[in-house]
Amino acid sequence: MKDLLALARFSVAGLKMMVAATLLLGVAYPLAVTGVAHLALPWHAEGSLLTAAGAHTDSTDDAVGSALIGQAVTGPRAAGLFLPRPSAAGDGYDALASAGSNLGPESPDLEQAIRDRRAEVAKREGVDPAAVPPDALTASASGLDPQISPAYAALQVPRVAQASGLSQEQVRALVQRHTSGRTWGTLGEPRVDVLRLNIDVLQAERGR
Amino acid sequence: MSQTLPALGQIAVLVVALAVAVPFLGRLLAHVYTSERHWRVESAAYRVLRLDPDADQHWRVYALSVLAFSMVGVFAVYAIARLQPHLPASIGMASFPADGAWNTAVSFVTNTNWQWYSGESAAGNLLQASGLAVQNFVSAAVGLCVAAALARGLARQRAGGRVGNFWADLTRTCVRVLLPGAFVAALVLVALGVVQNLAGARTITTLDGGSQSLPGGPIASQEAIKQLGTNGGGPYNANSAHPFENPTPLSDLFAVFLMLVLPFAMAWAFGLIVRDRRQGGVVIAVMTALLGTSIGLLTWAEMAGHGTAPQLAGAAMEGKEVRFGEAASALFAAATTGTSTGAVNATHDSLTAAGGGLAMFNMMLGEIAPGGTGSGLYGMLMLAVVTVFIAGLMVGRTPEYLGKKIGQREMMLVAGYVLATPVLVLAGIAVAITAKDGLAGLQESGPHGLSEALYAVTSASNNNGSAFGGLTSGTPFWNTLLGLLMLFGRFLPIVLVLALAGRFAAARTLPAGPGTLPTHRPLFAVLLGGVALVLVGLTYVPVLSLGPIAEALS
Repeated sequence: MKDLLALARFSVAGLKMMVAATLLLGVAYPLAVTGVAHLALPWHAEGSLLTAAGAHTDSTDDAVGSALIGQAVTGPRAAGLFLPRPSAAGDGYDALASAGSNLGPESPDLEQAIRDRRAEVAKREGVDPAAVPPDALTASASGLDPQISPAYAALQVPRVAQASGLSQEQVRALVQRHTSGRTWGTLGEPRVDVLRLNIDVLQAERGR
Repeated sequence: MSQTLPALGQIAVLVVALAVAVPFLGRLLAHVYTSERHWRVESAAYRVLRLDPDADQHWRVYALSVLAFSMVGVFAVYAIARLQPHLPASIGMASFPADGAWNTAVSFVTNTNWQWYSGESAAGNLLQASGLAVQNFVSAAVGLCVAAALARGLARQRAGGRVGNFWADLTRTCVRVLLPGAFVAALVLVALGVVQNLAGARTITTLDGGSQSLPGGPIASQEAIKQLGTNGGGPYNANSAHPFENPTPLSDLFAVFLMLVLPFAMAWAFGLIVRDRRQGGVVIAVMTALLGTSIGLLTWAEMAGHGTAPQLAGAAMEGKEVRFGEAASALFAAATTGTSTGAVNATHDSLTAAGGGLAMFNMMLGEIAPGGTGSGLYGMLMLAVVTVFIAGLMVGRTPEYLGKKIGQREMMLVAGYVLATPVLVLAGIAVAITAKDGLAGLQESGPHGLSEALYAVTSASNNNGSAFGGLTSGTPFWNTLLGLLMLFGRFLPIVLVLALAGRFAAARTLPAGPGTLPTHRPLFAVLLGGVALVLVGLTYVPVLSLGPIAEALS
């Protein structure tokens, strides 16, 4: 009983402390970070948006996407563009429903999905099914993976070259330009930025 | 070979960064919890709030203050989540259901950050920044305060059970440690590409003419404290796998650094507070050995990629991002479950059977390698008491730790601590797999289905918050069950730790005699590590063998 009374008494102190904490940590802190971020790094703070010309923009009006977020490539021009990994976010690359498949390593559903994807990618790219790399067969953790492996990009070069009318050398050079290695030679994995690459492919196609 | 070197290199970078930061932060923390002087801004706050920051509280008062403050936090988050549509800056998000609001409130107050909802479609900016992120700060601070109280209890003698002042500890932790740390970390994250704005979702026309809605929000500010406070609750569903939360391999390693730095630094501070740095060194050594082993095994498991689906695809890349790959995902998984963070940069449900099992094992250790902010240290110190007790039994002497006699009362408190979480986990899994509503949430059948449920109750009871995401946990059954596990899993241990701190503070400190087991030597470190592993092994091997072990061997 004595403890309950004490608990009630301390709750008043707790409430006062929580109000103060909310004002400092829940209002002032995020606003201060937002303010400094927008003064110093507005492009990053707004989501690293790119225009169709590949330039940085802070406005969603002329943006074709975020350099950080993968997007579905399913439109009429898809044949001449690099395709991203399979996605479990909504219907695919739904940025308001980021998610992985969460299928376990022994899941029959996942096994079937991998088989189907292998056949589909091999047919689309006209290659041996054994040549399809792992990232083309698996859904990412976020469903918004903006990158593919250099192996998957290389696999798509002949198809993109043919559909866009560019030479394979030209396309390969563009892939090269958007390939990053490991940070400091050790962090992460080599990868190719799909959106930036596709922007350049369309630019090159127009300039041809 | 070409894969192994980078995997080792990222660990080397991490070790260097921690070696530089931990002693510095450790000194800062030790000063924060021992200094008599208040900062001017703190004194002003105490005056306005009419709190006495100099009252040296009895452990009961300290514990009741912790409980009262946390209770207020639960009500506050519950209220914001329920009233969301009527509050500003909610970017059109709906009200949480009652069971969901309860789960989320308890989850963030207990430093668990289990999330049944998907952030980008359920939580507005006000709930994120002013509800959840505030708890990210103060729940982390509460863990550090309790650890500081225990360290002070060990350092004092005949102090009548007094262990310090909770309100001063809490204020100082937030103002001097977490806020400056998070502010700097948030700006670093923005520079690496993390989003920080006050907008809702905005729709753009994609390159090939489709449309995509991009979420916004105060992400970097929340991300910073989410990792630094070993919280783990991300603003987006995909958590640290989401490119807006964790855009590059560098931001990924920075996140791992942030979650490890305070738990290790608190162990360093412990050595300073008890005026024997070697005692802190032993704790850090055991933490490092357990974490290092876990990182090594998990990295091997994911890079080897055993299992039907990984073999079929050629690598365990399901549920992993290309920029991180197997090695960085394994490092993150080990760090997030070794601490009480629970953020994920890969979906743990899709880890290999061995990798998922290791993540579970890390949590079952009680998150002591290096554990949550503060909770890792006090977890390790409780095990240190068990270790001196067992060693005392072997040689037939009254055990003592740092000059404090370990008698029957002390052992009862420690035994209660050691048993509390396993009882919650095992009772929780028993309820979950016998109730129809529990089984209804499972995505898969067989051993992996059991693993999904086991992971959830383990994560909740240990206040981790990561999940095998295949489990549909946003149901009244799971929300209620996991809420209870999180609540008891947090506050039962805290009350027992504070009671022990009080007993230590009241007791005399005995000078070390010839029969005293030195607790700063490698022998003790080996014993401590062994006790941690044996306790978990005895408790959890049966249930682990039905889940991940059965799956790995199938």
